[in-house]
Amino acid sequence: MKAVCWEGTKKIEVETVPDPKIINPRDAIVKITSTAICGSDLHLYNGYNPTMKPGDILGHEFMGEIVELGSAFKNGNIHNKGKALAVGDRVVVPFTISCGGCFFCNRSLWSLCDNSNPNAWMAEEMMGHSPSGLFGYSHLTGGYAGGQAEYARVPFADVGLFKIPDGLADEQVLFFTDIFPTGYMAAENCDIEPGDTVAIWGCGPVGQFAIRSAFMLGAGRVIAIDRVPERLQMAKDGGAEILNYEEVEVGEALKEMTGGRGPDSVMDAVGMEAHGLGLEGFYDKAKQAVRLETDRPNALRQAIVACRKGGTVSVPGVYTGFVDKMPMGAFMNKGLTMKTGQTHVHRYLQTLLDRVQNGDIDPSFVITHRLMLEQAPQGYEIFNDKQDNCIKIVLKP
Amino acid sequence: MNQPIKVEKTLTINKPAAELYRFWHNFENLPHFMKHLKNVKVYDAKRSHWTTSGPLNVTVEWDAEITEDRENELIAWASVEGADVNNSGFIRFQPNPNGRGTEVKVVTEYKPLGGEIGNAIAKLFGESPKQQLGDDLRRFKMLMETGEIATTEGQPKGHNRS
Ligand SMILES: NC(=O)c1ccc[n+]([C@@H]2O[C@H](COP(=O)([O-])OP(=O)(O)OC[C@H]3O[C@@H](n4cnc5c(N)ncnc54)[C@H](O)[C@@H]3O)[C@@H](O)[C@H]2O)c1
Ligand SMILES: [Zn+2]
Ligand SMILES: [Zn+2]
Repeated sequence: MKAVCWEGTKKIEVETVPDPKIINPRDAIVKITSTAICGSDLHLYNGYNPTMKPGDILGHEFMGEIVELGSAFKNGNIHNKGKALAVGDRVVVPFTISCGGCFFCNRSLWSLCDNSNPNAWMAEEMMGHSPSGLFGYSHLTGGYAGGQAEYARVPFADVGLFKIPDGLADEQVLFFTDIFPTGYMAAENCDIEPGDTVAIWGCGPVGQFAIRSAFMLGAGRVIAIDRVPERLQMAKDGGAEILNYEEVEVGEALKEMTGGRGPDSVMDAVGMEAHGLGLEGFYDKAKQAVRLETDRPNALRQAIVACRKGGTVSVPGVYTGFVDKMPMGAFMNKGLTMKTGQTHVHRYLQTLLDRVQNGDIDPSFVITHRLMLEQAPQGYEIFNDKQDNCIKIVLKP
Repeated sequence: MNQPIKVEKTLTINKPAAELYRFWHNFENLPHFMKHLKNVKVYDAKRSHWTTSGPLNVTVEWDAEITEDRENELIAWASVEGADVNNSGFIRFQPNPNGRGTEVKVVTEYKPLGGEIGNAIAKLFGESPKQQLGDDLRRFKMLMETGEIATTEGQPKGHNRS
C-alpha cells in the first residue's frame, strides 16, 4: 500500500510499504477513505520529537471501512468489550488507543490508558508514568503505524472504532478522530459558566473547534488570539472577537476588553515547541532538533498572566518536556487551576455526533485543502508554512 | 564473590486477586508474558521444569519447586539442587480497598555465574534485571486486563525497514 512516511526533519515521503496485518485478537484493519494532517504532526515534521525513526508511518486522524477483524470478534473473547463490529462498517478511529479494561479506561480517562503503549518504559523514564499509545506519533507513545496511508491496523478496535450512521459525509465526521473532541474537551476544561469570557491562544484547527465548543458550552464571549489573518477571520466567523498578537499587546488588550478583570478562563491551543523539550535522556538529540527552528512565542505564559483571579487555564496545546520560566508566582497567587491532557476522544464521540446530527455544527468548515495522499509532502509544507491560506488539509488515499 | 542479584517490582492490576493468582499459579502460563522463558512444564502440584533461551544460544534449565503457596495471596518458588542457575522468586497479591484492583509485587533473586557463559546467562535474566522484570510484569498486567499484549512487531514501515 501507499503510506506517508517520516524520513527525517522536514522530510516526508510517500512510499510503498507492506499492507498491515492483524497482529492481536482485538485488532481491525481499516481501509482508509479520508485522513488529515494535524498541527501535532507539525511537531514531528519539524523534528521536535526525538523518538521518531525514519520509516515511521504518520497520521492519527483517519477514518474508513473495516476490511478485516481479529479473532476476538469471532470467538466471543471475554476481553472484547462487546461492541459489535463487522467487515464493511464505516468507522472513525480515535487517535488515542485505549484498552477499555484498565483503571483509567474505566474512569473514562481514555488517553491515559495503562495498556496500549508497548514503549511505556520510555515514557515512564521521562514523565514518571506513560500515557496511552497514539497512532503515528513517535515511539514514545508506542510507535504505532499511522493512518496517512491506504490501510491501518487498529488495536483494541472493539473499544476505539466508532460507527458512523448513513447520511453523513466523511468530512462531517473525520474530525471526531481528534481536533473536534480536542477543542471540545479544551472548552469543557475551561469550566465555563453561562456568560463567561474565554480567551483562546491559537486559531489553528484546534483553536477553531475550541471557539465553537466554548459557545456551545455557554460562553458569553470568546476572544481569539493569533497573527495569521485568515485564521483570525475564521475565528471571527465563528463568533469570536479577535486579537492579532503582532499588532497589540495581548495582556493589555484583554484587560481593556474585560473591564480590567481578565478572561474567566484562558486556553493555550498553540503548544510550545522550542522550549518544550529538554528531557534528560533525550536532551542532546532534542537540542539538535530544536536548533533547526526558532522558538514560538510563549502563549502559555501570556495566558497565565492574563487570566482573571481564580480562573482556569486549559492546555490542549502539546508539550513533551520541560518549560522554562513558568510564571508560577502568578499562577499560585491568583489561585488558578490548570487542566490539560491528550484528548479522551472516546468520551466525546456520541455527544459530538449528536451535535452534528442536530445541525449545531458542520465540522467541515475548517477544511481549506483537499489533496491526494501522494501530495502529502506538499501538504505538510503548505500547512506548516501557512501558505495559500491553509488551515486544514484532508488527504484522499 | 558473586553476590545474589535481587530485583523487585510492584504494579496494580485491575482484576481480583483470585483471578491473577489462578493464572500465575499455572506456571505453564508464564512464557506467555516472560520474554526469555521458553517453556515451563508442570510435573505435579509442587514441581516444574523451566527452560529459557537467549543470547549465544545458551539454554538454561532447572527444576523448580513451590516453596510457599497461600491461595489468592502468595506463591513462592525456588530452583532445586542441580539447577544451571540457582534462582528463586515470589509473587504477592494484595487487594486494594474499594475495588481498585490488586497490588502485585514480584521479587526475584538469582546467583550469577562468572565467565562468558555466565555473562550470557546474566543477559537471560536481563541486561537490566529490574527493567526486564518490570516489562514482564507489565505484559502480565496487559494480558490480564485486556487479553493480549500491546505490540507493534510486524507492522509496516517505510523503505522496507523492519
Ligand atoms: N491535546 C490534544 O489531544 C491535542 C490534539 C490535537 C492537537 N493538539 C495540539 O494543539 C495545538 C494546536 O493544534 P492545531 O492543529 O490547531 O495547530 P496549528 O499549528 O495549525 O495552530 C497553531 C496556531 O497557533 C498560532 N500561534 C503560534 N504562536 C502563537 C502565540 N504566541 N499566540 C497566539 N497564537 C499563536 C499559529 O499561528 C497557529 O495558527 C498543537 O500544539 C497540537 O499539537 C493537542
Ligand atoms: Zn491531531
Ligand atoms: Zn486502558
